[in-house]
Amino acid sequence: MSTTLIRGGRIIDPSQQIDRVGNLLLRDGRVVGIDDATTVADQLIEALGMIVCPGLIDAHVSFREPGDEKDETIESGTAAALAGGMTSVACMPDSTPVVDNRAAAEFVKLQCDRAAHCNVFPLGAVTKGNAGTELAEIGQLIEGGAVAFSDATNPIANAEIMRRALEYTRMFNRRVFNQPHVPELIDKGVMHEGFFSTLLGLRGMPVAAEEIMVGRDLALAELTGGRLHLMTISTAESVERIQRAKAKGIHVTAEVTPHHLALTDAELQSFDSSFKVSPPLRTQNHINALIGGLRDGTIDIICSDHQPYAQEKKDLELDLVPFGAIGLETLLPVCIKALIEPEHLTWLQLIDKLSWAPAKLLGLQKGTLSTGADADVTIIDPNIEWTIDADKFASKSRNTPFNGWTVRGRASMVMVNGQVRYQLAD
Amino acid sequence: MANMESSASKWTKKHLLGLEGLSAEEITLILDQAAEFKRLAAAGETKLSPLAGTVVANLFFENSTRTKTSFSLAAKRLSADTIDFTASGSSLSKGETFFDTARNIEAMGANQVVVRHGTPGAPHLLAKHVDVAVLNAGDGTHEHPTQALLDIFTVREQRGSLEGLTVTLVGDILHSRVARSNIWGLTKLGADVIVCGPSTLIPPEVERLGVRVSNSLDEVLAETDCINLLRIQFERQRNAYFPSIREYAHFFGMNGDRIQRAKDDVVILAPGPINRGVEITPDVADGSHSVILDQVTNGLVIRMACLYLLHQRQQELATQEATA
Repeated sequence: MSTTLIRGGRIIDPSQQIDRVGNLLLRDGRVVGIDDATTVADQLIEALGMIVCPGLIDAHVSFREPGDEKDETIESGTAAALAGGMTSVACMPDSTPVVDNRAAAEFVKLQCDRAAHCNVFPLGAVTKGNAGTELAEIGQLIEGGAVAFSDATNPIANAEIMRRALEYTRMFNRRVFNQPHVPELIDKGVMHEGFFSTLLGLRGMPVAAEEIMVGRDLALAELTGGRLHLMTISTAESVERIQRAKAKGIHVTAEVTPHHLALTDAELQSFDSSFKVSPPLRTQNHINALIGGLRDGTIDIICSDHQPYAQEKKDLELDLVPFGAIGLETLLPVCIKALIEPEHLTWLQLIDKLSWAPAKLLGLQKGTLSTGADADVTIIDPNIEWTIDADKFASKSRNTPFNGWTVRGRASMVMVNGQVRYQLAD
Repeated sequence: MANMESSASKWTKKHLLGLEGLSAEEITLILDQAAEFKRLAAAGETKLSPLAGTVVANLFFENSTRTKTSFSLAAKRLSADTIDFTASGSSLSKGETFFDTARNIEAMGANQVVVRHGTPGAPHLLAKHVDVAVLNAGDGTHEHPTQALLDIFTVREQRGSLEGLTVTLVGDILHSRVARSNIWGLTKLGADVIVCGPSTLIPPEVERLGVRVSNSLDEVLAETDCINLLRIQFERQRNAYFPSIREYAHFFGMNGDRIQRAKDDVVILAPGPINRGVEITPDVADGSHSVILDQVTNGLVIRMACLYLLHQRQQELATQEATA
């Protein structure tokens, strides 16, 4: 029997609506609870001035293994996750080959165990090869460890397939994650369609491309009673539509990324490919609506949408560069800058979006410090000031839009199942 | 006021990437320098030697005949050696990145690189990657500064000044780098700019660039001093931007009938190569209002002026570095 006492930290646990200073006791890889009486333990961790919260959970990352190990591996990706304060990530099935069968899902779990950093929960493909035409073996993927289903960056364009996916996953009580955009409206697009696309002569991607698909998916979720998760929402209209759907009782959840909260399309003036993301960076009025959606609960979780690409893939002309930025190691400080510092969210709300809410959404018994829960704990130093330097990332890739930013706050210690897996160097 | 020229009439830019980043004074400086080269040429001084011993590389990743020829001749008139590098298609298809190609050209000793590329921003990224002066000869649908400068030079030649003139850009504004550079240059020099074309080819929020939008050439004809007819690219037609070439010509083509209804002294420009019978009918293209061939002639002196000013700046920076 081994005990750990984390002393004197500000304990934030959204699952119990707790936000107070106290001591957290762990035993044998599980949470015992907040315990201000116990003063001795096998291991003592001083957390004065720190935030002690459930381990963060990122429900939307892409690791490139198998297939593109130059961009990222499960080993390097989970190391990056730990450095960002995550104890669990849900990994998209868009590797090569695609995670569309039980063996492929089990391979992800195996590589995760070998790396021994943080937990990885695979998402299975909705359709074979993420090709959008034929359902993957969803039930067997669940047996292999898949926690939800997605065709990753490929939207499920065929409405009939999406309908069947929502119906079929319903009997397993799992979610379908869809990237909502109409492919033909964003064909060859590089950035948000608006003033800056006009200014720069870059092909625009209209907001309607997202809103049409959000509308379709909500209608199909209503029709089927299935569980829908809308990935990387980026427009004001999407927020409104989801809000109305939730009010009607439709089973829908939604996510947003830190870069869609912190950056606008004006950034493309640098022609820097790290700002080429999908959906594209929008304008301030959309950012304001997204923040409103986070505040009122319309948007459930914040995810990094970590998309690693080796330097040579991003060092190309803007229209040849793939969409996406890495985000695991910048998620927390960018959220602090975009949401906590301007007082849009409280710490309790932010930690909810980053732990308890994603755990519930993925059906994981995690994201909580309640008695008996897995001792996945993140200790955050909320005041430490540091400069983001992509060259110091644990990720293999460097394509971050936040390089050089001076930020506040970062994970100082991360525990998975009671074991210290990451500690910030002094 | 003795010091006026030192601040107002001095070229300080290392690159020529677009007209967006230039002031009215800087644009005027290029126009005046071009006028000087034109005067010298008229006086028989066609071969000058300020760039002797330097290398100008033409790096064209997109097909071009006239712009490349014009830049080559401009460089030769100034006694630079020239390298021509033409690569059609994307860098990926060649297996070498655009930046590696550029570094190779730099290693060959190029002092100035003239770059034409299909992607907006490619010259801007090049300027960050290599230590040579970069001249943008057209980057995708973003900017084409020397084309706009020669258009503006030609209008100034006709009218003396751009101030208060109404210039209408007609056609595919959405995909036109010529339009964007013209908008920047013209508005900075005090012209009123109208962009006119089918609503599918007018980019969103273009008014924020300080222009008016019209979907009817006939409506704006009477108030226009100068009409610039942008080339319609036939391949775009497949994307359903307008129903047919015939319908386009019906509403936006410049023909003899429209010339009758235009101002008596209207100036007709076209960046070319022109599609006779589409944007412009032969009688207008070859008529008295047309300055299409003047544009080609002026393109040469504009490009000489740009190469010359960037060269001077390069010399200055080298001297500063040597003394520092």
